[in-house]
Amino acid sequence: MKIIIAGDGKVGLALTRLLSQEGHDLVTIDSNREIIERDMQQFDVISIAGNCASMETLKEANVQQADVLIAATSADEINLLCCLTARRLNPSLHTIARVRSPEYIEQLYMMREEFGLSLMINPEREAAKEIFRLLQLPGFLKRETFAKGRVEIVELRITEHSLLENVILNHLLHVLGCKVLVCAVVRDGKAFIPTGDTMLYRGDHIYVTAPVAVLSDLMKRLGVTRRKIRHAMLIGGGRVSYYLAQSLIAAGVRVKIIEQNADRCLELAHMLPEASIIEGDGSSQSVLESEGIAETDALVTLTGLDEQNVITSMFGSMQGVPHIITKVNRMEFTGMLESLPVGSVVSPKELCSANVVQYVRAMQHQTGAAVTLHRIADGRAEALEFVINKHSRYIGEPLRNLHLKRNVLISCITHQGSTTIPDGNSCFQMGDTVIVVTNREAPILQFNDIFA
Amino acid sequence: MNVKLLGRITGLTVLLTGMFMLVPMLIAVLDGEDANALSYAGTIALMAAFSALLLFFSRSRDRTFYAQEGFAATGISWIVMSLFGALPFYFSGEIPRYIDALFEIVSGFTTTGASILSNVEALSRCNLYWRSFSHWLGGMGMLVFLLAVVPEARKTAGSGIHLMRAESPGPSVGKLTPHLRQTAMILYGLYILLTALCIVFLLLGGMPVFDSFCIAFGTAGTGGFAIRNSSMGEYSLYLQSVVTVFMLLFGVNFSLYYLLLLRQFKSILKSEELRLYIGIAGGSILLITLNISGMYKSVYEAFHHAAFQVSSIMTTTGFATVDFEQWPAFSKSILFALMFVGACAGSTGGGLKVSRVLLLLKSIRRTIRKALHPRRVQIVRMDGRVVDEETSNNVNAYLAVYCVILLLSFIVISLDGYSIGTNISAVTACFNNIGPGFELVGATGNYGHYSDLSKLVLAADMLLGRLEIFPLLVLLSPDTWSRKR
Repeated sequence: MKIIIAGDGKVGLALTRLLSQEGHDLVTIDSNREIIERDMQQFDVISIAGNCASMETLKEANVQQADVLIAATSADEINLLCCLTARRLNPSLHTIARVRSPEYIEQLYMMREEFGLSLMINPEREAAKEIFRLLQLPGFLKRETFAKGRVEIVELRITEHSLLENVILNHLLHVLGCKVLVCAVVRDGKAFIPTGDTMLYRGDHIYVTAPVAVLSDLMKRLGVTRRKIRHAMLIGGGRVSYYLAQSLIAAGVRVKIIEQNADRCLELAHMLPEASIIEGDGSSQSVLESEGIAETDALVTLTGLDEQNVITSMFGSMQGVPHIITKVNRMEFTGMLESLPVGSVVSPKELCSANVVQYVRAMQHQTGAAVTLHRIADGRAEALEFVINKHSRYIGEPLRNLHLKRNVLISCITHQGSTTIPDGNSCFQMGDTVIVVTNREAPILQFNDIFA
Repeated sequence: MNVKLLGRITGLTVLLTGMFMLVPMLIAVLDGEDANALSYAGTIALMAAFSALLLFFSRSRDRTFYAQEGFAATGISWIVMSLFGALPFYFSGEIPRYIDALFEIVSGFTTTGASILSNVEALSRCNLYWRSFSHWLGGMGMLVFLLAVVPEARKTAGSGIHLMRAESPGPSVGKLTPHLRQTAMILYGLYILLTALCIVFLLLGGMPVFDSFCIAFGTAGTGGFAIRNSSMGEYSLYLQSVVTVFMLLFGVNFSLYYLLLLRQFKSILKSEELRLYIGIAGGSILLITLNISGMYKSVYEAFHHAAFQVSSIMTTTGFATVDFEQWPAFSKSILFALMFVGACAGSTGGGLKVSRVLLLLKSIRRTIRKALHPRRVQIVRMDGRVVDEETSNNVNAYLAVYCVILLLSFIVISLDGYSIGTNISAVTACFNNIGPGFELVGATGNYGHYSDLSKLVLAADMLLGRLEIFPLLVLLSPDTWSRKR
């Protein structure tokens, strides 16, 4: 497919990497020549310098023949104008715009048609949603929902004295007393799809597929404390903080936001009357201590500086805060973060790039494409949700008779609303939802791709 | 420096070159020349063994590389390719000294067309074919061919651009389509198509099949190895005109042909490089025609030879229909100037390239304006687009290095004691990949009389000129080979 990426900042770069690996024809547009040069050297793409909202540049990028345009510059207005112009030049184009200003969100849902937007992405809001879901069910490092919220894949770390330490996966049912499936393991920075003989070790990050109803059982069995969060401290008052505070306040959590910039504090106080806004340096020990970091239930570090977030989270962990979430923009160093006490790591750009990739894949294969796609294990594996249709192969065949490709695992089947973790005797029927986990380099584009 | 990757690329280049040698081997077998067939078979076996060993020892999953590796890989591949390519001439005994064989094949791969042979017709057909075909291979570049045929892993696919940039001529090398492999395929597709067209036109004019293939290879690569002692002189006027037109066509930036296929006629007409190229060629033809009209029977004949020689020299091919050594000084001086200008960037021709000349002229204008109005803000544009400062600086730097190397080689080969005119034109003709120069190395002369040292220097000049200096200079820098980056 021919895809144009306008604005190659953090999100644009992540998208360029993912989409060029999938072999699409990519054209990137940016006004910064250094970025253009970097793109040309790192990826198999054509790069154009210019203003992506101008007709001239869009024509140069051959927008008339393109299939998808993704506008991800730092300015919402430019993104919208870019989509509007491109749509005018090519009415059959699919446009995806990044829009982050809270002020625009509502009017844009209303005016989507006028702007010709096929999809809007808002990394900060996605991040806030993700953090909120993590705080709702603390104890898991990450949660991904599938099958209309009936199934989740959660990330757990095997700690010392964990029930799961040195357990062979075949004995999992015996140990836990509830039926769940370990669908991916990250060990020493490498992700792999486990088999029944895989043994879990301390320090592993495991990804567990489980029906939502079983999740709380699982937590109890694992002895993860489940204290409801009543008070949360947010460091940094950016957009993520705003969206998150909104959700938390609505859920009855007391929110404290520490922000350095006095003007921004006033703005926040204006928009979030129920939150307590503190003007101060969130990385200073005295401010954190005087604002009661030791007593808070959750600490979320959301400043724009990754280093500061990591350090503050580590300080929080030292002070004994039970739940910590760290926002990290640059995902290059996440391998290192796994060993640090910084709680869950959330990256806005990774979250929304997965949405875009999913959209593009769905366009490519109208039937049989994944309904949901989540990149798990820091993008080293993918969990895909498929709906079985009449073109799917091997309907009704027991799984033990099927030959799947290597590194592909059917981790869950939802049949008429009831979810089962499959074994060799399970089979899927028309209309079922099937979740597949894979860490293959070549992407699985449609359900039938999983068979060898 | 990712040494294993260098090994892999060199190994693949040698392997592919060896495969192309199968054709001359077949010709030798058909002609019943068993000794020559054996010399090709032996070379192919050597190359296969060498590349197998190299590929075996450079197995590595790490396929990422940067500008540095791109330059180094290109330089090494060309050198190794030439060392092996010279072997058949040497083994067959038709060029008894290895240095001479090396000079001949470097001249072939770099599309120079400078020869050490005084009697070309004495060579057997297989060697004539290989000599001419080396032009065709070197014209578009072996590594671009490699990029077209060897699929790259998706994760590292972007890195290939460094190879293409290092090998393709011109100040800024771009892609035609988002996928590099596709771009390389399009370039070779156009190249093969144009070559086939040239062969068809030559065949229509009654040229023998073997001749038309060899002449078409020499034209397509803008090389200049002919298979007769009189170069193109014995062929009919029609055949000479076909070659005139095709030399000019192969001197045009190939991306313009792609635009032609896409029917984007406006952007072709907008190309300032093409306009200047046509302008320079047209102007020179006119001036030379006027200057030599007295020497020929009709003005048309003067025009015909002027046009042939201008397009031959400007596109850096180096064919000749007449001995232009006999022409008046004014005409020779124009031809000498054209040697430096060269063909368009992104073509198979050599020289400074018209686009570099254009950028140089523009930066001269800018400097003059700056002297008059020191505060004036000026931007250099080409084809309506802004040329960034780095590109124009690179062009200036290129010219500086170009002059230094030209002068140094000139001084070194002067040790042999020939006249200044011979030496300066020999260096110019080799460095710009043209072939014939003036006086002793003119249209009827050859390079056989130079000493071994001078031959090596001239061969190095040809490689430097074809690869535009930097890929080879990188090999000499100790930075390249240190383990730390």
